[in-house]
Amino acid sequence: MIAWTIYITFIGAVVLLFVPCTFARWIALITTAVGLVVSLATFFCDQIDLAHFTTIVRVPWVPMLGMNYHLAADGVSLTLVLVTGITALSAVLFSWDVEHRSNEFFFWLLLVVGGSYGVFLSADLFLLFVFYELVIVPKYFLIATWGSTNKEYGAMKLTLYSFLGGTLVFIGIIAAYATSAKANIGSALDLQALAQFQFPMQLQSWGFPVLFLGFAVLAGIWPLHTWAPTGHVAAPTAGSMLLAGIVMKLGSYAGLRVAMNLFPQGFQMWRNWIAALAVVGIVYAAAVALRQRDLKFVIGYSSVSHMGFVLLGLGTANALGVSGAVLQMFSHGVIGALLFAIAGMVYRRTHTRDLDALATMGLSRTMPFAAFAFVIASAASMGIPGFSGFAAEITILIAAWKAYPIAVWITGVGMVLVAAFTLRALKRSFFDSGVALTGGATSASFVDSGGTSSVSSGERFEPITLAEKFGACLLMFTTLAVGLYPKLLLDRIVPAVEAMRFLTK
Amino acid sequence: MIQLIVANLWLIPAAPLAVSLLILALSSSRRGSAAALAIAGQVIALVFATAAFLPTLQTPGYRALQNFVWFTFGDQPLRIGWVLDPLAAAMLMMITLVGLCIFVFSVGYMADDRNFTRFFSYLSFFSAAMLGLVIANSLLLLFVCWELVGLASYLLIGFWIERPSAAAAAKKAFITTRIGDIGFFLGILWLFGRTGTLVFYDDGRGCLENASLVALGATATFIALLIFCGAAGKSGQFPLHVWLPDAMEGPTPVSALIHAATMVAAGVFLVARVYPLFTLGGINGVTPSLTVVVWIGVITALMASLIALAQFDIKRILAYSTISQLGLMMVSLGVGGVAAGIMHLIAHGFFKALLFLGAGSVIHGCHHEQDIRKMGGLRWLMPITFLTYVVGMTNLTGFPFFFSGAWTKEEILHATGHWPVSHLPHYLMLAGVVLTALYMSRQIIYVFFGNGRGASEHAHESPSMMTMPLIVLAACSILFSIVATPAWSWLHAYLNGEPARFDLSLLVQPMLFVSAALVFGGIGFGIFIYRNVAETDPLAQKQPALFEFLQKKMWLDEFYRWTVVALGQLAAHISDLLDRYFWDGLVRAFAGLGQLFGIFTANFDERGINAGVDQTTAGARGLGRVMSAWHSGQVQTYLGVIAVGMLALLILYAWLT
Repeated sequence: MIAWTIYITFIGAVVLLFVPCTFARWIALITTAVGLVVSLATFFCDQIDLAHFTTIVRVPWVPMLGMNYHLAADGVSLTLVLVTGITALSAVLFSWDVEHRSNEFFFWLLLVVGGSYGVFLSADLFLLFVFYELVIVPKYFLIATWGSTNKEYGAMKLTLYSFLGGTLVFIGIIAAYATSAKANIGSALDLQALAQFQFPMQLQSWGFPVLFLGFAVLAGIWPLHTWAPTGHVAAPTAGSMLLAGIVMKLGSYAGLRVAMNLFPQGFQMWRNWIAALAVVGIVYAAAVALRQRDLKFVIGYSSVSHMGFVLLGLGTANALGVSGAVLQMFSHGVIGALLFAIAGMVYRRTHTRDLDALATMGLSRTMPFAAFAFVIASAASMGIPGFSGFAAEITILIAAWKAYPIAVWITGVGMVLVAAFTLRALKRSFFDSGVALTGGATSASFVDSGGTSSVSSGERFEPITLAEKFGACLLMFTTLAVGLYPKLLLDRIVPAVEAMRFLTK
Repeated sequence: MIQLIVANLWLIPAAPLAVSLLILALSSSRRGSAAALAIAGQVIALVFATAAFLPTLQTPGYRALQNFVWFTFGDQPLRIGWVLDPLAAAMLMMITLVGLCIFVFSVGYMADDRNFTRFFSYLSFFSAAMLGLVIANSLLLLFVCWELVGLASYLLIGFWIERPSAAAAAKKAFITTRIGDIGFFLGILWLFGRTGTLVFYDDGRGCLENASLVALGATATFIALLIFCGAAGKSGQFPLHVWLPDAMEGPTPVSALIHAATMVAAGVFLVARVYPLFTLGGINGVTPSLTVVVWIGVITALMASLIALAQFDIKRILAYSTISQLGLMMVSLGVGGVAAGIMHLIAHGFFKALLFLGAGSVIHGCHHEQDIRKMGGLRWLMPITFLTYVVGMTNLTGFPFFFSGAWTKEEILHATGHWPVSHLPHYLMLAGVVLTALYMSRQIIYVFFGNGRGASEHAHESPSMMTMPLIVLAACSILFSIVATPAWSWLHAYLNGEPARFDLSLLVQPMLFVSAALVFGGIGFGIFIYRNVAETDPLAQKQPALFEFLQKKMWLDEFYRWTVVALGQLAAHISDLLDRYFWDGLVRAFAGLGQLFGIFTANFDERGINAGVDQTTAGARGLGRVMSAWHSGQVQTYLGVIAVGMLALLILYAWLT
C-alpha cells in the first residue's frame, strides 16, 4: 500500500496539468492529504516487518543490467515517508495564496514530494538514483520562478551543488556496480542483496567517502553547506519547507541506506571524520546564525546546525546514535518546516525579513498566532524537553558520549549558541517593542483596559488564514507528540537500525 | 483519595497543567473565568499535595516510587518515574501554598493588564512544571521539568514585552541559565554512561543507590560538579547570578513565585536530591565537590548582600537578598546540613514571597514607582503592607524567637560551625547576618519611614485581594517557626527520616545569643546610619567609590560583556566572514573556474575546431560562386557551351578512331 504514496503524488501532478488553475490547490491538497493518510496508515497499522528492508514491489526494468523497479520499506524509511507526508501537506497549506501560475507551481511541488517518496522507498540502487536526481529539477523551477531575494543565483547554486553531489554519487554507484556485477550475486543493483555483499576493502576505503560525501552535500555537511542558506532564502515558503523538511533528509537517508550499508568497513574507517565535520558544523553554523540579519538566513543556518546532529548520530556507529539520527531527521523535518512556514507568514504580510526592520513593528501584537507558533518552534529548535528536538538530541548525545566524549563537550557550546541565536531572532522578529520607548519607568503594559484596538504601530496586516493556522498546528502537534512520546517512532526505528550491519559491535 | 494520589503522583502537576491549557484556549476577554480556573487549579494541587503529604508523616523515611519506561532502545530502557519522600512532600506543600497566595495576589495586581488571561496560563504552566520537578524520580525527568520552568521563566520575565529591558532580561536569563544547564546535561550524559540509569531510586538499581555509586567511584566528583553547574545557573550562584536581578523586569508576582520562592530554589533542591553523588567517597562528609559548593555559596552570599546595600530599586534589593540567601543554603548543603538547608529553603519560600508581594503592594500603591528614593512614609498610608513587610524583614534578618527564618538560619550557622575543613565560612556567614540586617533596615527606612518623597504622597493601601495573601504568608512564616525550633525540631527530623524529639534545653545555645546579638547590632547600626535618609545614600556620601562599585554590581555585567559576550560575538563574526568570503568564496572560485573553462573552450571551439569547419565551408562557397557564374541562365550561352562540347567530343572521337 505504501507504494501508492508515490503513484498518487505523480498522478496528482499529471492531473494538475489538465485542470483549470482554480482547482490546482485543491488537487494538490487532496493529493498530499491522501499521501499522508496512506503513510500514516502504513506506519501504524500495516504488518510490515520493520526490522528488515521488506520488498513491496519488484518488477524487472532493464533485466540486462540487473535493474529492477524495486520498492521496499523498513522502520527507517517509513519514518521518513511519514515526515514527507506531513511536510508536504503543510507546504501545500502554506502555498494556498499562490496565484501566479499555480498549476505549474503545484506540479513542481508534487514532483519534489513524489520523488522524495521514491527515494525513501527505493530498494534498487539505480532507481534510487533516478528518484534522487528527479527531485533536483523541480526544485530549480520552484526557486527560480516563485522565489525571492536573488532567486536565480540561489536556484542555480543549489542545482549545481546537487549535481556535484549527484556526480560523486554516480561515481560511487558505478564503482559498486562494477564490482557486484562481476561477483554474480543475481541482482547487482539490489540494495537488499548488496547490504549482505562483502565489497573488497580497497573499494570500500575510497568508495565510501565518495558516495557518502555525494549524499551528504544535500544533508548540508560542513563545509559543503553553503547552498543551504542561499537556497532556503531564495525559495518560496513552500520551497524552503520542502528543502528543510524533506530534501535535506534525502541526503542523510541515502547516506545511511546506501553508503553506510554497502560499505560498512569503509564507514568504520571514515566515521571519525564524519563526526568531526558534524561537530564543526553544529557549532560553526550556530555561530554564523548569530550574525545574520535576514530571518530566513538565521533559520537556514539553524538547519545546517541541526543536520550536524544527524551526521553526529550517524558517526557514532551504534544503534542508539543512528536511531537518534533518524529521529532527528524526522524532528528537524517538522521543526525546520515550521520555522520556515512562520518566516513565510511574516514575509507575506510585512514584505521584509530584515530583523532590524521587523524589530520596529512589534509583531507579537499584530500577529499573535504567528508569535505563538514562533515561540513553540523556537522552543522546539532549542531542544526544550517536550518537543521532538530534545528527544532526538538526547538520544544522539547519549550515544555520542560513548563514542566521542569530546565531541559532546564541544556540542554543548553549540547548544548555548543555538539558544542565543534563536532567542535573538525571536526577540527581534516578534518581541521588540513596536515604538522605541523612552524613559524606562513608564510601564506601557498598563494601557487602557479597552485593550485590543490600541496597537502602537498603526499597521494592520491581513489576518492569518485558516490554511496557515491548520498547517502550523499540524506541525506543532507533530513535534509535541513525538517529543512527549518518542517511543512512537523509536519503536519502529530501532529494530530497523539494529538489523544494519555497519554498527560497531 | 490518599491512596489514589500516592499511586498517581502525576495528578499533582497535571491539575495546573490542564488549567494552563484551558486558559490558553479561552478568549482574552474572559478574565474572570481565567483567574477562577487558575486559582481552582492551584487549590486542587494544594489538596492533592496535602493528600500526598499525609502518609509521609506516619513513617519516618517514607518513600513511594513509581517508575515506568519512557522509551526503549534495544534492551536498554530509558526509565523515568515519580518519587514521594519527605523532601518532595515538603517542597510540594511549600510550592502549592505559596503559589496559591501568589495567584490570589496576582488577580489584584494584574487587574489592569491587557494580557491578563495569558498571564495566568503561563503562571499555571510554571506551577505544573515546578511541581513535576520536585516529584521527579529520574534525573532526566527532573531535567525536562527544569528546562520547562526555565521556559516559563523566560516567558514571564518578558511578559511586558513593551519594555525593551524586559525582552533583554528574558533573553539574558535564559542564556545564562542555559550555560549552567549544558554542564548539567553533560553531567547527566556522563552519569548515564557510567551507570546506565538515570532513575534515582529503583529498588537498589537506581543511580543514587549503592550499586551504582560503587560503579561511579572517583568520577562522581566530576559528575557532581557538572550537576552543580546547572544548580548554580538556576539558583543564581556566582558567577552565573547576573540574570536574577535583571529578571525583576517581570511582573512582581512572577518575581515572588519564580525568582524568589520556588524556581531559584530548584538548584538547592537539586543538590539535596542528588546528595549521595556529592558525598561519595568523602571522609567526615567532606568531598572536593562539596567544598566547591561551600565556597561558591560563601562568595555568592557575601557578594550579593554587599551589592544589596547600594541598590535603589525595591525589587533589586530583594533580588540580591534572594541570591545571598540561596548562597547561604548552598553553604549549608556543602557543610553537610542538608536538612538545615532545605528548612531554610522552605522558610525562605514563605518570607521571601511575603517580601516580594509586599514590595508589589508598595509598587502598586505608588503607581508603579520602584525607586526607594522616591518613597518614604508609607507606614501610615499602607499599614497592612507595612506590618506584614516587617514580619518578612524580621524573618529574613533572623530576628529571634518567633520567626521561622531565625531558627532555620540558626541551624545553618550551627552546621557551618562544625565544618571540619575551615571555620572561615562560619565567620563569613556571621558577617552576612550583619549585612542582611543592615540592608533590610536601609530598605525599610527608605520605604516606610521618614516623610513622603514624590511617588509615595498619593499612595493608597492595596485592595484586600492583595493584602489577604500578605497576611496569610506572614502567618505561615510565623507558625512555621513552631516546627523549626531546636527544642522540637520536627521538620529537621522529618527531612532526615528520624523521629522528632522534644528537648527544651536545646533552646539555650551560645550560638543563638551570638547571632541574636549580631542581628540586633546590625539593625541598630542600620537605624543609626540610615536614620535621616534622603535622595542621596549616606554610604554614597562617605565612600563614593565603594558605593559606585557596589551599585554597578561590581562591574560584573560589564566584565561579561567584554569577555564572554564579546568572545561569542567574535566567534560569530569570524564564522560569518569565513562563510561569506572563504567557503562561499571557494564555491564562487569554482564557479569562476568553470566559467573560465567555458570561455576557453568556447574560444577554442570558435577559433580552432569551428574555424576549420568555417574555412572548409568558405572554400566550398567559393567553389560554388565560381560554379554559379557558369550558371548564368542565358540559353544562348548554354547552347554555345553545348555546341563547343559537342565539337570537342566529335574531334576527340575522330582523333581516337
